[in-house]
Amino acid sequence: MQIPYTVHPRPDTGLFNAKLGVWLFLASEVMLFGALFSSYVLLREGALTWPHGYEILNIPLATLNTVVLISSSITMVMAWASLKLNDFAKYKRYIGSTVLLGFGFLIIKSFEYGAKFSHGIGPGDSTFLAIYFTLTGLHGLHVIGGMIVNGYLWGPGSKMWQSDPERLTNRIEVAGLYWHFVDLVWIFLFPVLYLL
Amino acid sequence: MSEHHTAEDIKKHVRVYINVFVALMALTIITVGISYLHLSVVPAIILALVVATIKGSLVASYFMHLISEKKMIFAALILTGIFFIVLMALPVLYYGDRFY
Amino acid sequence: MAHVATAGHAVHDAAHHEEELTFIRKYVFSQDHKVIGIQYLITSLLFLFFGFSLMMLMRWQLAYPGQPIPFIGGLLGEANAPGGIMLPEFYNQLGAMHGTIMVFLGIVPLAVGAFGNYVVPLQIGAPDMAFPKLNMMSYWVYFVGGVTMLASFFLPGGAANSGWTSYAPLSVVATTGQTAWLFAMVFLITSSLLGSVNFIVTMVQLRAKGLTFTRLPFFVWAQLVTAFLLLLAFPPLEAAGVMQLMDRLAGTSFFLPSGLVVAGQALDVSGGGSPILWQHLFWFLAHPEVYVLILPAMGIVGEVIANNTRKPLWGYKSLVYASIFLGFMSFIVWAHHMFLTGMGTVISTFFQTTTMIISIPSVIILTAFFISLWGASIRFNTQMLFALAFLPMFGIGGLTGLPLGLAPTDTHLHDTYYVIGHFHYVVAPGTIFALFAGVYHWYPKVTGRRMSDTLGKVHFWGSLVCMNGIFMPMFIQGLAGVSRRLYDGGQQYAHAQGVLQWNEFMSVAAWSLAVFQLPFMINFFLSIWKGRKVENDNPWEATTLDWATPTPPPHGNFARVPEVYRGPYEYSVPGHPTDFFPQNEPEPAKG
Repeated sequence: MQIPYTVHPRPDTGLFNAKLGVWLFLASEVMLFGALFSSYVLLREGALTWPHGYEILNIPLATLNTVVLISSSITMVMAWASLKLNDFAKYKRYIGSTVLLGFGFLIIKSFEYGAKFSHGIGPGDSTFLAIYFTLTGLHGLHVIGGMIVNGYLWGPGSKMWQSDPERLTNRIEVAGLYWHFVDLVWIFLFPVLYLL
Repeated sequence: MSEHHTAEDIKKHVRVYINVFVALMALTIITVGISYLHLSVVPAIILALVVATIKGSLVASYFMHLISEKKMIFAALILTGIFFIVLMALPVLYYGDRFY
Repeated sequence: MAHVATAGHAVHDAAHHEEELTFIRKYVFSQDHKVIGIQYLITSLLFLFFGFSLMMLMRWQLAYPGQPIPFIGGLLGEANAPGGIMLPEFYNQLGAMHGTIMVFLGIVPLAVGAFGNYVVPLQIGAPDMAFPKLNMMSYWVYFVGGVTMLASFFLPGGAANSGWTSYAPLSVVATTGQTAWLFAMVFLITSSLLGSVNFIVTMVQLRAKGLTFTRLPFFVWAQLVTAFLLLLAFPPLEAAGVMQLMDRLAGTSFFLPSGLVVAGQALDVSGGGSPILWQHLFWFLAHPEVYVLILPAMGIVGEVIANNTRKPLWGYKSLVYASIFLGFMSFIVWAHHMFLTGMGTVISTFFQTTTMIISIPSVIILTAFFISLWGASIRFNTQMLFALAFLPMFGIGGLTGLPLGLAPTDTHLHDTYYVIGHFHYVVAPGTIFALFAGVYHWYPKVTGRRMSDTLGKVHFWGSLVCMNGIFMPMFIQGLAGVSRRLYDGGQQYAHAQGVLQWNEFMSVAAWSLAVFQLPFMINFFLSIWKGRKVENDNPWEATTLDWATPTPPPHGNFARVPEVYRGPYEYSVPGHPTDFFPQNEPEPAKG
């Protein structure tokens, strides 16, 4: 049995199944992070005092992490472009770097968390820290999820290049959509938590 | 994205991606720079959100190819956008008008 | 056409391939939407029965407070019911778990997981769901969530006991069962999200040739709107669930206000949180959830009514627009559950207005169904009886909701038995009756045999009488001001004394309702082997594509890829030799 439109787009919608699926999933993610951002605003509005992110958090490390994550987005989109240009070796390098950059992001994040914990500062100490740990923790889980998918597409998943190159290209495109979304969330998290 | 790209098209795309990347880096430096000015809360929030929105739109439009996406995707995203706004209005409901 | 040729080839391939699947791959970790649909059906029916049993225990306590429960009282354990007498803590667990299980583990999986999975791909002429592996995962994630929920009864302190709404701060300081509840909810929400993505993609992408959106059966439309509600309303609750987990496990104070004192001790937390935030996020999901419960039911009723009146559904387009509008509005009415949280007049006026507006599309749908009956020669089989009963029952549920949607009257009725009566009329004799109609309607397609109409009618009339016997007196008690969630049903309150005698009546009705489910269970299982065999693939002479498949549908569903030529309810078309004109039947040649 063959499910139609897994590789080629359906003529009237112009979409293949996975692309619509991932966009819908991202729509639900918008509502997930939206609820947390909304709670952040609500709790901050009601708080007697609210610290500036830069008084508590490490701005240089977070800036470095922003650079790392944006770089991983460009390598992701280059991986897709390489497949479109039939350059499999380049694809492997780009998707591999995306995974490594994701890993780098987590390492830097763990330094940040480690510094907090070693000073005995945890999520229970203030509403600001609660929302900081919840938002960044949830975002970190999303990074891990994306790394697993990208890692699979770098390793065993890339064998599909021989059997069904178009489908692999589609997969990279939709994995990219998710990865860019994770980047996009960080683009908002960074100023909201660290800079304001 | 149309499914029929020539190699030339893709190379053009790649140049756009690199420009977007440079713009994102520059905007990151700008937003961090602004934060060191220690502006008062309202202008700081407005500026930071404006910069973040520009960065976010760049990622969505070019990396996620939203700029040339199909109608169906836009329909789903507009719907999401409306309910997202409803969700963000929650603090307004909460503080705007209450008895206690 | 090349497309048809490859698909036909694929069906052949699948049939060949199917023989090689092991038992586990075919029936346990199956990727076939029909097997998954049946898995959902069995699991959710079991959960419905379990949730019903919890309620029957509670009804004993309400009817005969403080008396030992006969027969099974000793089995409940010393920690829950010493000497067979139910403890208040255990009553709270039963209440919270009854609500949670019925809504999240019973009705939603039955309406969306079972009927949606089995019927939607058939009605749109698709070989399967768009993502079969994801579909399998949805079921198993749901299953894990359900097992976690059940296992929480065995934790120290028992299952969650803060009500199905889990209002903070009570839920944050509650026993470990609440943590299990939250984890289970995260699983259930994830399952629903995966499912809704799958449904929307299937309905948008896999419609058969010629099946435009305006030719979709109403049931498919209802499922499409439902899927969007699940997709966009559930994530805020997931976020709230994560925050409550953080409150319970990491010591944060998202929902804990400053200066909270529990059992005479000031809580050692940073404070600064907001209990009302939980209510907002919870109802942001839970109001659309009401329409998740009701829309698929309306879809089923639409199918059954069109089929058994042998007439087109009256006002198909208004039905579709009304359900889209209903889905959209359901996102901006949630705070009508919160009129008593200190909300000011401006916001409360806004939500009262939207609440009155949302009743309009419901009335349009109900009216269209009623008008469809006009002048029809109706086939009164079991599924039609259930569908017909749905209309007034849902009508009562809906109309009794209006006083709750207006703040002045809600001030009196809030958190009384009136509320319980109201939403149970919507969900129990409403949605559950529609789901029963669906079971009787599609049973012959799934098994190739019909269920017995005689047993079905015993089931129907018994259930109809008992359901009203349970829920109608709740309005009386509620109007008298009896609060919900009282361990003794209101014995301690002077204002409840005049209506207390109804408690025993309601409990007897509830236990009788259980007795009247026996004919259904016998009918359901016995008919698999003993039921009258169907004469052909389309025993109800229906028009939609689900009846154009072989019976039962094989892996890959259709023998030939169907093509659609007309709308979904072309019954009694003048000049056509039969009184039904299937969607996939080509126009007869002219001349």
